[in-house]
Amino acid sequence: MSSTADLLPAAGPAGPGLGVWLHGVTRDVDPALLATTSGMDGAPVRAVRAAGLVAVVSAAPLSEYGEEALRRNLEDLAWLERAARTHHAVVAALSREGAVVPARLATVHHDDARVAGQLTARRAELTAVLDRLTGHDEWGVKGYVVPGATPRAAEPAGSGGAGAAYLRRRRAQLTAREEGQRIAADAASAVHEAVAGHAVAARRHPPQDRRLSGAPTAMVLNGAYLVGRGAIAGFRELVGALAGRHPEIRLELTGPWPPYSFADERPTGPALTVREPAC
Amino acid sequence: MTTQPPPVVQNSGQVLPAGHEPANLGDILERVLDRGIVIAGDIRVSLLDIELLTLKLRLVIASVDTARQIGIDWWEHDPWLSSRARPPVEPGPRDPEQVEAERRPRVARRAARGEEWDEFDG
Repeated sequence: MSSTADLLPAAGPAGPGLGVWLHGVTRDVDPALLATTSGMDGAPVRAVRAAGLVAVVSAAPLSEYGEEALRRNLEDLAWLERAARTHHAVVAALSREGAVVPARLATVHHDDARVAGQLTARRAELTAVLDRLTGHDEWGVKGYVVPGATPRAAEPAGSGGAGAAYLRRRRAQLTAREEGQRIAADAASAVHEAVAGHAVAARRHPPQDRRLSGAPTAMVLNGAYLVGRGAIAGFRELVGALAGRHPEIRLELTGPWPPYSFADERPTGPALTVREPAC
Repeated sequence: MTTQPPPVVQNSGQVLPAGHEPANLGDILERVLDRGIVIAGDIRVSLLDIELLTLKLRLVIASVDTARQIGIDWWEHDPWLSSRARPPVEPGPRDPEQVEAERRPRVARRAARGEEWDEFDG
């Protein structure tokens, strides 16, 4: 598509003092979507075209997104949240339209030509990823420990002073906690395997810390699954069935997400083997 | 199907018009910071910076003292934090006997010194 939108003054290349923030790579993009999607600086995002691919970018003033400023700003949680949400909103908007390879946060180039150079240099890889992602969304399945779902160890009797009794009680609590964690971890593995069987690709990410997850109990499963749009009903049904089968963990389904977890072409293990969806 | 579906948190950016309740910040952060394709930008924070950022981020979210009070020591064991190069591992399961074996000498030493038990978790 050769859109004249690219040639409008407002959509020109980055000027002096402006970096080019990369949101993601697609095959094509609707100019109307670009016009209504805000980038890092609040202005509409732009398309940089090369090698049959489209990089969706926004202007990033170097005073805020230059190397030094970026390093400082990334440590500011409020700034980071705003940047993460803005970047994600653009990627999500693109993903609703078609396949997109999301770029990692804070990928900034000096100008459009440098972005185009990357598209050309990595054309084969990007095309392969887009082929693989087309018609699919990422879904997240998280599992949390359910307190009390595992047998509590009886308080052992014994002699000794208050200190010794405390020690015994602590020991019993620790044993129960370890046992509970083991049971929850087993359930998490079983759920992951079952869900992965219904997905085109699956990845198991490290569990989020409790402060990040905001959940009252520990996370034991943080899975990402690439699911064909036609297979979503069966996928949801499966997760529902697994939730009933594994009361020892609480499952949470999130999505659809842009395929962040599957943007990397390099397979990292057998879980990424492409399979026919089971439904 | 007789079972209830799990609580479903819709990623609202996807299914609802903008302006609705935003998706969970933790979910977004781990995706945009940890995943997505890495394309060599001209201005880019290095992996080391991201690693440090992750550490700092976590310390912002949970101060060490608060975490210790509720018995969390994820900064020692969390695979995401300690090394993103390592594949995810199950949290836990340490052999309870091994935990006890490590604990016993410490406890014995403290008992010998007559210390208070409230330092037990040290």
